Amino acid sequence: MENIIANILSPQFIYTILRVSTPLVFAGMAALVVRKSGIMCIAFEAMMLFSALGGVIGSAYTQNLYVGIVAGILSGILIAVIFAYFVLVLKSHPVLTGLALNILGSGGTVFAMFVLTGNKGTTSSLRSLRFPIVNIPIIEDIPLIGQIFSGHNILTYISLLTVLAVYILIYKTTLGLRIRSVGENPHAAESVGIKVVRTKVIALIIGGLIASFGGMYMSMGYLPFFTRDMVSGRGFIGIAAQNLGGGIPIYTLIAALFFGSADAISNVFQTLRIPAEFMQMLPYVVTIIGLMFVGTTNKDSKEKVKKIKEIKGESI
Amino acid sequence: MMNNLDKRFKLIRISVAISSALILALLIILLTSSNPFQTMYDFLIGPLTTARRMGNVIELMIPLLFTGVGVSIMFSAGQVNLSSEGAFFLGGVAAAYVAVSFLLPLGIHPLAAIAAGGAVGAIVGVIPALLYLKFNALPVVSSLMINYVCMFLGLYVINYLIIDPQAGYLASLEYPKSSLLPRLFPVTRIHFGLFIAILVLVLGYLFLMKSKWGYSIRMIGKNANFAKYSGIRVAYYILLSQLLGGAIAGMGGAIEQLGIYNRFQYQRLSGHGFDGILVAILAGYNPKLIPLATFFLAYIRTGADIMSRTSDVPIELIFIIQAVIIVFVAAERFLEGWKHKAIVKRSKEALVTEEV
Repeated sequence: MENIIANILSPQFIYTILRVSTPLVFAGMAALVVRKSGIMCIAFEAMMLFSALGGVIGSAYTQNLYVGIVAGILSGILIAVIFAYFVLVLKSHPVLTGLALNILGSGGTVFAMFVLTGNKGTTSSLRSLRFPIVNIPIIEDIPLIGQIFSGHNILTYISLLTVLAVYILIYKTTLGLRIRSVGENPHAAESVGIKVVRTKVIALIIGGLIASFGGMYMSMGYLPFFTRDMVSGRGFIGIAAQNLGGGIPIYTLIAALFFGSADAISNVFQTLRIPAEFMQMLPYVVTIIGLMFVGTTNKDSKEKVKKIKEIKGESI
Repeated sequence: MMNNLDKRFKLIRISVAISSALILALLIILLTSSNPFQTMYDFLIGPLTTARRMGNVIELMIPLLFTGVGVSIMFSAGQVNLSSEGAFFLGGVAAAYVAVSFLLPLGIHPLAAIAAGGAVGAIVGVIPALLYLKFNALPVVSSLMINYVCMFLGLYVINYLIIDPQAGYLASLEYPKSSLLPRLFPVTRIHFGLFIAILVLVLGYLFLMKSKWGYSIRMIGKNANFAKYSGIRVAYYILLSQLLGGAIAGMGGAIEQLGIYNRFQYQRLSGHGFDGILVAILAGYNPKLIPLATFFLAYIRTGADIMSRTSDVPIELIFIIQAVIIVFVAAERFLEGWKHKAIVKRSKEALVTEEV
């Protein structure tokens, strides 16, 4: 037991939290931007899987990381655009469309992998590239802090910067204002000349872009190759983080780190004699418990709005 | 009259969806296979070539009938609850546990195992609805998380409680003879579960389309507020529908185990629950159409299985087909222009006849 506590208090543990949270942060931010535009999208799982494979294939065949990145981003955005076309133009049920795309993500990537490599499990036979590890000068020499914050994959830092970028995008730019207004009241937005469908498509493409970095982190950082269904619910956990964070970037980041720590703890506890299955279950159980809190906080905010309106003497 | 037109266009939309998915599949085969025409033949005609393969289609239909009916009841209440997948898996685990842990007489043993599967499935199915009603948590997300929990919980039961160390791979002890469902025909693995599936189908139809309960559930799915103001107990019927849907999916998992397998050997979620969602969407949540939808899915599944064994195209092609079908069937505006024209034409005709 002491061993476990020592493990959890160690800088390596916090380092691990950042490492395993990175895809969740990307997924959470992607979910946030899309949610702000008022779309119920659950296709992040597919976006991440496609970009994970796209990045691997692009970088393996050209031996150029940048080509890999472009391929990964395009694969992720492709799913976002398909989603946008069906949901916004053909008025498909968004949840069913997301579900279908996730099926496509899971099956399509395995299909493509088999056709290209003859293997249905992993792409480890391809010599794909990885994102570099970054050692931050000065900080890396500080004890403790250096161990925690230095030496991560570059995408981990980018994921943290994405939180800032999403905050600026949503709250400090015209586009962000449009996205929010389209999400809160599309009719009002339309009446002042905002193109609703176009704004939603843009939000989805931005979501696809952010999610694709989460996908590429899985196959070009976290692991050095693609394995089937490697995203395993992280896209959904991102949605849960967005919910738990109440649609606010910094809270969403905290929620993502929280889910990430459940994952990290499960790694630590594996040394105990607890069955591995229970440890693997932990992140999902924590997410379910997190969802319970989301509901209650939402109710609170509704009641707050009610109270504010009462004070102002408005009719509800 | 309008209703007829609606129905006709729904049918056209489904046929267009299915045919475009099949055309896409054939195109992919053409592009990836080294012997595309033999591959296409195996995929499309393969299931008809031998009695065993035709048997495979029926075998595959049995679990899908269960999950299809289960999901139809769940989705009819407007709950996008995807826990049928977890319910099917854990229902199978529960049945496996009852089968190997208790010694019961011949007829009672499978019944007890199926009941256990149904009970576990009901619990799994109702959790997302409870979370939704109590905490306002989105059923899509919570049910997907629950599926993962079900998978690991099930693997734990197999791995720690009823594992067969002699099996050489992760599998439960062998099911005793008394717990197995009898097979109906030689050569094939079609089993007694087929009769139970038909019974569930008929009862599901009567419940959902012909009873007061089913009417209330469907009303909630169409417009929960309207249902509430007409005095329907929304929370009660949502819970009832998810409980029943989960129970049917869980029973399906149990029956699949006792009918097809001789020990539990899934290493991960089996996908039957998600297939049930496709079946339910194709059938428009109407149990009457489920046999047709199930047959279609089981047929292309079997075809893809034959194809993946005889050619160089992997079975995952089927997922691409499924995804395309779902998005097109779910696309309300798809072919809308055409439908609109038909409506205009018909109303003009009606106007003319009136004037005459």
